[in-house]
Amino acid sequence: MCLAIPMQVIEIRGGDDPLFDPQVALVESDGIRKEIRLEMTDRIPEVGEYVIIHAGFAIRTLTVEDAEYNLSLMRQMAETLEQQGRLPGTPQ
Amino acid sequence: MKANSIISLDHGSGGLASQNLISGLFLKYLTCPQLRDLEDCAVLGEFAGRIAMSTDSYVVDPLFFPGGDIGALAVHGTINDLAMRGACPLALSLALIIEEGFPLADLERVIASVARCCEEAGVAIVTGDTKVVPRGKADGLFVNTTGIGIVSHRVEISGKRARVGDAVLISGTLADHGITIMSCQAGIAISGDITSDTQPLHRLVGALLEEDSGGVHVLRDPTRGGLATTLCEIARSSQVGIIIEEELLPIRPAVNTACEMIGLDPLYLANEGKCLIICEQDCADAVLQLIRRMPEGRDAALIGRVVEGREGQVSLTTRIGGSRLLEPLTGQPLPRIC
Amino acid sequence: MKGADAFRSREITAPLVEEIIRSLVRPVRIMEVCGTHTMSIFRHGIRSLLPAGITLLSGPGCPVCVTPASHIDAFVAAARLPQVTIATFGDLIRVPGSEGSLATARAAGARVEIVYSPMDALTLAQQEPERLVVFPAIGFETTAPTIAATLLQAERLGITNFLIIAAGKTMPQALEALLSDPELQVDGLLCPGHVSAIIGANAYRPLAEKYRLTCAVAGFEPADILAGLLSLIRQINEGRPRVDNCYTRAVTAQGNSKARALIDQVFAPADSEWRGLGIIPGSGLVLQERYRRFDGLHRLAIPLQPTREPKGCRCGDILKGRLLPPDCPLYGTACTPLLPIGPCMVSNEGTCAAYYRYSGHKESRHRQPETTN
Repeated sequence: MCLAIPMQVIEIRGGDDPLFDPQVALVESDGIRKEIRLEMTDRIPEVGEYVIIHAGFAIRTLTVEDAEYNLSLMRQMAETLEQQGRLPGTPQ
Repeated sequence: MKANSIISLDHGSGGLASQNLISGLFLKYLTCPQLRDLEDCAVLGEFAGRIAMSTDSYVVDPLFFPGGDIGALAVHGTINDLAMRGACPLALSLALIIEEGFPLADLERVIASVARCCEEAGVAIVTGDTKVVPRGKADGLFVNTTGIGIVSHRVEISGKRARVGDAVLISGTLADHGITIMSCQAGIAISGDITSDTQPLHRLVGALLEEDSGGVHVLRDPTRGGLATTLCEIARSSQVGIIIEEELLPIRPAVNTACEMIGLDPLYLANEGKCLIICEQDCADAVLQLIRRMPEGRDAALIGRVVEGREGQVSLTTRIGGSRLLEPLTGQPLPRIC
Repeated sequence: MKGADAFRSREITAPLVEEIIRSLVRPVRIMEVCGTHTMSIFRHGIRSLLPAGITLLSGPGCPVCVTPASHIDAFVAAARLPQVTIATFGDLIRVPGSEGSLATARAAGARVEIVYSPMDALTLAQQEPERLVVFPAIGFETTAPTIAATLLQAERLGITNFLIIAAGKTMPQALEALLSDPELQVDGLLCPGHVSAIIGANAYRPLAEKYRLTCAVAGFEPADILAGLLSLIRQINEGRPRVDNCYTRAVTAQGNSKARALIDQVFAPADSEWRGLGIIPGSGLVLQERYRRFDGLHRLAIPLQPTREPKGCRCGDILKGRLLPPDCPLYGTACTPLLPIGPCMVSNEGTCAAYYRYSGHKESRHRQPETTN
């Protein structure tokens, strides 16, 4: 239901005046850039971190380590068969 | 805005204002002798071969976009439609429908672009027409071009000729034009390295047919509806199945990212300078090598094959090894939030 | 992020597929709640990789598709007013009400603009102070905070020509309503990743406990979905239902409290109608009284008329997996992808739309509609 993709923060802008100059982030991915709002993200990202964006807003700040940890969990899930002494392709 | 800086209904009246527009603007850029004669029609002379003819109208919004404008599209689009049947383009007509109040400077930009594209393509505008409609009766500027070309007698290119075992090739990256237009439209402001791919393909096709006419069965430019819709049309016309591989599709990373941001599938977005080539498997390598040497084909790739059974069906083998059917586009592609 | 490529590489997906095949010991029925999951499963051809024993049911998780005709009618009524510009998410404009959609209203002369963000709608209101810009506020917990933040910004800036028509919905109540149906035969829920980023993985624990239902929160890349399915299958095998978070990079147990605070500040829960499912208590988001001046229905005096459910629409049963699309009397006759009626046909990849396009069955098993109106 909610299309959202991660993009990297390359600049944090504004913040001097919450009304007319609210804090926003310039995000980038493969050369595509977009200014996005930070009102609803769990924490204000730092430059170099990633945000998941939905409808022009960051909904979550994450780091490369967060993504790698998630990936390692998936690897572990798939590897349990090897831990059990079975190898891919061998019948149960 | 000053009265002399915009198009008025007088400019379409056929009177003095029309003549001033023609001689002061159109003929300043469009210099073909037949056009300058201002006769009712152009007479082109005698040519050996069959005559191909195609027409297309252009209504793009915005009129100017990264990588091109409505004038470039109008020249390239019709040249490409001719080229897709193996025709060598000879001449184009140019007809404009202009909304009252349209800025003259913008019109001049468009005409200059038409002239530049014609010169680069080596094809002339030989006849033309201009109409002005009251404000609100059109959206700025509509352009129609009609082109004629000559097909050599030995060439037989058609969407009905795909055969089982043929290779499917694309002459370059996908979806560049469609995503550029989408990103220009109001409300979806994204910036980045995306530009329209509008370019003429007749030289690429000419070189291809020069080298080997027998092995090439189908040429098609995947414009509106994108690659997927065009492949579906070919699969249906030729009564064959087509399988393409996601991994092999040339799509620029920036285009992919922009598509993901707004929820669009690049396989359904328009291309304005790309050619789908279906040829015998045996000549696929030679065709690829040939077109990769040309600037308009440098990103060409083998993307799939024509298969038995599954008549009229196109399927995509995804990057993770899954398979999905590609259907023709239903309705206009729209940005999504879900 | 370069990491995103990893989540769609065969290097990570192939072992997950193998393990799913190996782990499956009996047929299972899994509902993917979220429309974006449905799209992703389709786009990556994931079904074709799964063993036949896994049945995936597409749940009610496309906020556009479950927006009932009554709300669409209100959007269209607003669009028809000469001073109004509708600024909407693109996927809403083709969704039909009882008399046409925003697309048909636009064709008849209404001003309907597509925006990427509610903030773009606010910008439009600033650029055109002489017009009333109305934003159809659809969406689940992921989208609601973006609309709340936009409305608060409008308030701070004193913009008075920006209105919304509140039509947001919340997921847990809808799931509760679905699951409380004793006839629903589902072994596991693939929970929506981005809604969960806001409400937290713990939000599903009451469901897992009450209905002894396996739950896995999953993201939208192929590896995410496969990991979620594998988790569900293992939970089913072990007979120990719980909530497993497979989308740790975006979802925490508690969720995003800042985003939830935005929702609570601007919206209040209310009963809400879902297309195909009827009224679900407490599942809607209406404006808090203090923000009533932003309420498009109130300001434009547009009544929310109850929907006359199209007779014969069986989307509720199809969503629950009780019926197949051709079992619906409207399927293929009154309800087709070009002229859809129920949410399963409205969504491009909804159960009925997908069935219509890919199964080869284009007709209802009922020769004639049961009754005529």
